[in-house]
Amino acid sequence: MGLTLVFGVLGIADFAHGDKMGWGMFLAFFIVSSEGANLGFAGGRFGSLSFGWGLIVGLLVAMIGVALISVVLERLVFRRLRVSGGGFFVFAIASLGMSIMLRAMIQLIWGPSNFRYTPGIHPAVEVLGGIKVKPDHFFIVGVTILAAVLLYWLLYRTRFGKAMRATADNPGLAEASGIDTDRIRVGTWIIAGILGALAGVMLGLQAEVRFDAGFRLLLPLFAAVILGGIGNPWGALIGGLTVGIAQEVSTQWINTGLKPGIPFVIVIVVLLLRPRGLFGQQR
Amino acid sequence: MEHLIVTLVTFDGAVNWTVGFLTTVAIFAILALALNIQWSVGILNFGVAAFFMVGAYVSAVLTLPAPEGLESYVAGWGIPIPLGWLFAMVAGAVLAILLGIPTLRLRDDFLAIATIGVAAILRSIANSVEGLVNRSRGLNGVDGFLEDQVQGGDYRWVELAIALVVLLAVYWLVSRATASPWGRALRAIRDNEDTARASGKNTVRFRMGAFILGAMLMGLAGAIYAHRSGTISPLTFSDLLGTFFVWTMLIVGGSGNHRGAVLGAVVVGFFWFGTPLIQESLPDWLGSRVFQVRQLLIGLLIVVFLLWRPQGLLAERDRVSRFVSEGPDDRSDGAGSIWQRLRSAVSR
Repeated sequence: MGLTLVFGVLGIADFAHGDKMGWGMFLAFFIVSSEGANLGFAGGRFGSLSFGWGLIVGLLVAMIGVALISVVLERLVFRRLRVSGGGFFVFAIASLGMSIMLRAMIQLIWGPSNFRYTPGIHPAVEVLGGIKVKPDHFFIVGVTILAAVLLYWLLYRTRFGKAMRATADNPGLAEASGIDTDRIRVGTWIIAGILGALAGVMLGLQAEVRFDAGFRLLLPLFAAVILGGIGNPWGALIGGLTVGIAQEVSTQWINTGLKPGIPFVIVIVVLLLRPRGLFGQQR
Repeated sequence: MEHLIVTLVTFDGAVNWTVGFLTTVAIFAILALALNIQWSVGILNFGVAAFFMVGAYVSAVLTLPAPEGLESYVAGWGIPIPLGWLFAMVAGAVLAILLGIPTLRLRDDFLAIATIGVAAILRSIANSVEGLVNRSRGLNGVDGFLEDQVQGGDYRWVELAIALVVLLAVYWLVSRATASPWGRALRAIRDNEDTARASGKNTVRFRMGAFILGAMLMGLAGAIYAHRSGTISPLTFSDLLGTFFVWTMLIVGGSGNHRGAVLGAVVVGFFWFGTPLIQESLPDWLGSRVFQVRQLLIGLLIVVFLLWRPQGLLAERDRVSRFVSEGPDDRSDGAGSIWQRLRSAVSR
């Protein structure tokens, strides 16, 4: 959702989004890991969930951190490129460069190994009809729904959201009618950063904390965005669910190693049949 | 690339390193030229690694003898190596056509996303499908061209000669192509697609042509790489080395300028492959992390050049034909030419 927002509102395909997720993941890891424990965080668990207060603090730190990274990059790089008249191409290449830098920094600080938030095996509990679900997954789904509802409220029920959508439709017109588009851009980056950090932490919770986890997710993310229609947060949510489910279900029939190919196939099919995505508006 | 870590203490060592370095750089320069052709019509190819990889694998499996023992790969017909190169180019072209059909008619960004994806999926196919290209074990023992004719130690000179000759041929080809009416049409499309269309150019066909030409050259570079290194595996064709590295070369050297592309390959290549040489003389805290720092700097180079020297070291020349006189507004330093292009790319 963060990616689609930046794509839609700012017209930037942010190839660094995946690595910003990686940063969120690692910032939270820093808090829950031993270094964080020394500072008095970590420890404790909520019922049958695999984490405690430490992760909540970590999540907040990750959100602030990634939002900050996004804003700094906007100020330092994107704004200057915009002023000097750069277009889509320059943004895309610059974001690729930043993606490489962010990933290299993660490796520099935390090394190339994989981590987990909490060591050990987390048993799944049985819910209706013998389907086993890990308690953490309820948490992840809950947070995702909450984030989607909040984003909807922000976009469609506040002045800021209205200004944001106006900027997305026509930046020049929005500016002419007195909207501070510069502020909107920064705001968009902050929201996208927060959402990215959230996604990164959830990903780390669900799987492993690895330096290139975010980058590996980039293609499924873009697939979700394109499927859902660029700039449409609901579309991105539905698109994300579709891509994710398609990937998991596909292993019934095809080699597990080919799973990363599914998003790609989806992208191509969508581009061939309905280039504006399921819920996209005709441009 | 770790085989490049050699000591430069002896003269022989220095010669060895230089020969190896120049060969590698020549191969990357071919990639940069190929990318330049695609970029010259505004195609954003983030999947250079995919075309590079396809060329390498196709040429390798076709020229290798039939698989034995634990090895398992398709083909293995042992055809002559130059034919392998030819098929590598065909394979690059086929991949470009398959990718171009759904994406070239649409927004520019879709091709970028699709190409970055195809690199990922090709790697995962090579890694996971049994009996195709030997999975993650990679293909070993790929013969070099004319390797059996030359004394072992001297062969690296032949490798260098092959890479340089092909580079020169490619350079000549792309220079001719961009100076031709076809090349001028490409530039016109990039600078203002609507005007180009209004003057009767089928823009999709021109873009497809440039995409295919670039892809063929990338396939050729892959084939040369495979026969040069003798061993290829899916790991060789990472996004970092296969794609972003080439982009850095083009941005640093000067996009739109063929000499710039080659210069960028030399400069960025020296920075990248030269780092291991100084690793031992660095303080410990830096030396142990030199590869991550190097990666960081590659990313930084892209951003810094885009911000402060977008035209690269050598800028694109505005004069398109020797029949056009050098007008007063013909800036031979080409300052801002990338911006003109980008502005027109946005406004269309």
